[in-house]
Amino acid sequence: MPLLEPRPTPSAQMRLWSPLIAIGLTLLVGSLLFLSLGKDPVAAFGVFFIQPLASGNGWSELMVKAGPLILIAQGLAIGFRARIYNIGAEGQLIVGALAGGGVAIACDGIDAGWVLPLMVVAGALGGALWGAIPALLRTRFNAQETLTTLMLAYVASFALSYMVNGPWRDPEGMNFPQSIMFGDPALFSPWFEGMRVNASILIAALASAGFWLFTSRSFLAYQLTVGGLAPAAARYAGFSADRTVWISLVLSGLTAGIAGIGEVAGPVGQLNLNISPGYGFAAIIVAYLGRLNAIGIVLAGLLMALLYLGGEAAQVALQLPAAITGLFQGMLLFFLLGADVFVDYRLRPRPKPVIA
Amino acid sequence: MTTIPPPFSGPPPGALRLELTGITKRYPSVVANDGINLKVAPGEIHAVLGENGAGKSTLMKIIYGAVQADAGQIQWNGREVVIANPSEARRLGIGMVFQHFSLFETLTVVENIALALDEPFDLKGLAERVREVSTRYGLPLDPDRLVHSLSVGERQRVEIVRCLLQAPQLLILDEPTSVLTPQAVQKLFETLRRLASEGVSILYISHKLHEIQSLCHSATVMRGGKVTGTATPSQETPASLARMMIGRELPVCEVPAYTGEARPVLTVSKLSMRPDDPFGTPLKDIDLEVRRGEILGIAGISGNGQAELLAALSGEAPGSAEAIKLAGQPVGHLDAGKRRKRGLAFVPEERLGRGAVPPMSLADNATLSAHAQGLVKKGFLRPKAAWEFAKTCIQRFDVRCGGPGAAARSLSGGNLQKFIVGREIMQQPIAMVVAQPTWGVDVGAAAFLRQTLIDLSRSGVAILVVSEELEELFEICDRIAVLAEGRLGPAVPKAQTNAEKIGMQMSGLFTSATDREPDHAAA
Repeated sequence: MPLLEPRPTPSAQMRLWSPLIAIGLTLLVGSLLFLSLGKDPVAAFGVFFIQPLASGNGWSELMVKAGPLILIAQGLAIGFRARIYNIGAEGQLIVGALAGGGVAIACDGIDAGWVLPLMVVAGALGGALWGAIPALLRTRFNAQETLTTLMLAYVASFALSYMVNGPWRDPEGMNFPQSIMFGDPALFSPWFEGMRVNASILIAALASAGFWLFTSRSFLAYQLTVGGLAPAAARYAGFSADRTVWISLVLSGLTAGIAGIGEVAGPVGQLNLNISPGYGFAAIIVAYLGRLNAIGIVLAGLLMALLYLGGEAAQVALQLPAAITGLFQGMLLFFLLGADVFVDYRLRPRPKPVIA
Repeated sequence: MTTIPPPFSGPPPGALRLELTGITKRYPSVVANDGINLKVAPGEIHAVLGENGAGKSTLMKIIYGAVQADAGQIQWNGREVVIANPSEARRLGIGMVFQHFSLFETLTVVENIALALDEPFDLKGLAERVREVSTRYGLPLDPDRLVHSLSVGERQRVEIVRCLLQAPQLLILDEPTSVLTPQAVQKLFETLRRLASEGVSILYISHKLHEIQSLCHSATVMRGGKVTGTATPSQETPASLARMMIGRELPVCEVPAYTGEARPVLTVSKLSMRPDDPFGTPLKDIDLEVRRGEILGIAGISGNGQAELLAALSGEAPGSAEAIKLAGQPVGHLDAGKRRKRGLAFVPEERLGRGAVPPMSLADNATLSAHAQGLVKKGFLRPKAAWEFAKTCIQRFDVRCGGPGAAARSLSGGNLQKFIVGREIMQQPIAMVVAQPTWGVDVGAAAFLRQTLIDLSRSGVAILVVSEELEELFEICDRIAVLAEGRLGPAVPKAQTNAEKIGMQMSGLFTSATDREPDHAAA
């Protein structure tokens, strides 16, 4: 007999509790992990979650990492609400970076104020284009976007590898697979001396406000949500299913593309093979952890950024392998999905014998 | 071959087949069964009568072991038993035929039956037994046919034969006739009477009073989770049974004459369509015309093209432009939203998930189809306007709910239907298509909905109603046509036809209807 039974209505309380439970379980299992590795869990969590925020530079790094995560997750959440699963934001990020980076390379030596804005536009278009391909495949041939977006992420990654090994390789880069360093007109200038936080974080902040307005107030977002909750009702109302697919994938590609520009015109400063530490994939977790809600995503993005920083700190201070970041991300998603089951289901009470 | 058994005459001297004492089942928000007592003798056909939500289904699930009672006692052949699950119920000799069939369409009859057996089997021997049992009880079935090629009536036979193979002593049937033609119903009754004459007890769940009167020896009536009385149906009138069932007189609709101009509003000509669903029914050359001020009824058993016709009319499955005209304009190529803008309202059969988004509030569900009524401005939602719209709808159409903020899925079927019908009417359509208007709706709400539709038509709206309930069609429609095997018969004024004739047409319109075995072609 199954242990779970459906709730009469989904639990709103559980919907809010679920991320907190997931965070709690992640910490618990993380402690066990640290113990088994012979590290004191309290000290380890200190390194993981406190130490990164103990300095101004730490906060700056937090913003640098949270920015792209939040921006991508805002775009993904629109699609996820409509049950359009773009899991290839990493590829859209890369193509955005390629498009914008191409502009930077072409404009090298031009000192003009329009270079950076043009890069952002090119990055947005590049990401949107990479999202439009699966949209076309889905609406034209009914190819599942879950597969096509992921496959195109690999295509994008090989395209990047080709470009930095071939046409765009820095002639003076000692054969490293990387482009020239971008000039100042093609970079977001840092706000503070010695810190990397820059104006690209404003893009994420503005986008978050825009997405909040869009999801909570616009008729278009309403239509997308109906399409996700009850496809037959969307058809009944006359909302176009194709349009839902196009908007979801193009929009999430667009935000991922802009995030790509934020990286190459920000902390990275060039095109190379390490422009993203998996932001496109981590943003999927951010979107769900934030309950597909614009404000929730901001909080979740900050937490996920902290995990990245903590992972780096743990590598240095505790000599733990780099996989520790992925492990914590994975646990978080795993426990979140597990806890989310209880939004729609509850434990079945033990069947009682019939009493005379 | 029709040997009508002698009427049942009181319980025999031996033990009762089944006796329930004080069965109680509480759910978080409702007491589904409250101290139910029920006695069934061997060979007795016992009706359990009640409206939707009276607790009939819960009680049957308790007997079948699918649900556990919180309190009470079950005596089976004079012995107290605890029925922990359905397979235990089957071992005791209790069989159940569900209202909604659980058959695999891509498997054959015998494969489907084999899947449900609790014991090991060999398909060949089983096929023989299926053939033998089905002929003995007048339920002919070919064990090797694929289920998707069977009519609804035949599928029900598969379910019944599946139960009979286990030689049950008690057979539970849940609303078995809702999918059958009038002729097929008679055939089913013969089988049930024969089973009863062999000592099988039958629990017959229904809200159709005349069926219970012609079939059942005794009846237990339920209302609001309690037994409100027991009766001998043949000694009661429909009115007296209805009073026990709903606690007051059966409401009757008023059908005034329409005096306005009767020009056609919705016309369909030569509509043919292949369904997307491989097991769907293709539509062939459908012609129809609905005029101002009338209700046109489409009778027939679901699965004969009803779903396809409705999707074609609503715009959920657009086709060629000229096939469907609204007020003279071709609309066959438009989607549902565009047709609604031109004045075509639609109430689908599935209320949750199609007519309404289950987790959304009624206010948000108002926006679903009524967004053109000022609920959206420049691409932005107007939550206050939607709230007001939903509030008006709730008041005007007597929707019992927790207000505009209540989630659609928290409403009962009847109240949600009132909301959806109201939402569509408030958009002042010129034509309205309604599928199964009172399906699963209690008697009071059903009467309200029927009267609402009649009044709307008399205000000059053209209404098309697709329903499986013949009585309903005869009550509210001006003309009736039959949809069978994807073809639509001519629309006949209701005074010129009757249930018998309609039933014959349902059984296969364009083959010679008279010499065909009537129940065979519920297809």
